[in-house]
Amino acid sequence: MPVEVKVPTILRTYTDGEKAVTGTGGTLGEVLHDLDSRHAGIRERVVDGDAVRRFVNVYVNDEDVRFTGGLGTGVSDGDTVVILPAVAGG
Amino acid sequence: MLTLDQATYDGIVAHARRDHPDEACGVVTGPVGSDRPERLVPLRNAARSTTFYELDPKDLLQLYRDMDARGEEPVVIYHSHTGSEAYPSRTDVELAPEPGAHYVLVSTRDGAHLPHRPAELRSYRIVDGEIAEEEVTVVPT
Repeated sequence: MPVEVKVPTILRTYTDGEKAVTGTGGTLGEVLHDLDSRHAGIRERVVDGDAVRRFVNVYVNDEDVRFTGGLGTGVSDGDTVVILPAVAGG
Repeated sequence: MLTLDQATYDGIVAHARRDHPDEACGVVTGPVGSDRPERLVPLRNAARSTTFYELDPKDLLQLYRDMDARGEEPVVIYHSHTGSEAYPSRTDVELAPEPGAHYVLVSTRDGAHLPHRPAELRSYRIVDGEIAEEEVTVVPT
């Protein structure tokens, strides 16, 4: 099931500059694995262990996945995944 | 070099003073690729902390959606330090997400949150963990 994944500027080095790429899978975690098979290294920038990194935000259809099951969040055909690094500091 | 118009410069400093002693944060957006900071967008520090700032994930998504709709990008990302100098902290460098942005810091320490005291405003590029300070020029609005 293809879903669109919007990639932030800082991760576009993995996608040849593309702002959006397509991935497949039934969950967010599967989609990120699928992306990593073509854009090696991108998954590690988003995922730490079995969760989304603390300072990365991922949204499926505008919902923050921290509240919808994290990497287990279900995705289906036509969904949109947005990845945004946190704007944060000290 | 970063060029800010006077109203934007004053707006950033005013925001830092308003939120003191918590850190203030925001962006100045401009057309993609222009390097022109045109639209001041003060944001909410969801951490409400004197030593840390973070956008609420909902506000972050809304910000990027608005910028996409307008064909903009964050030209300046600013925040304040309320008890230390206007220089990027280790956390600032580790978390800097926009290699193309100017990172502006304002310090409101030592009474600089008061309107009659000068506030220190400095700008940096932060790329691959390296900090490079740059000159700030203020032009009439």
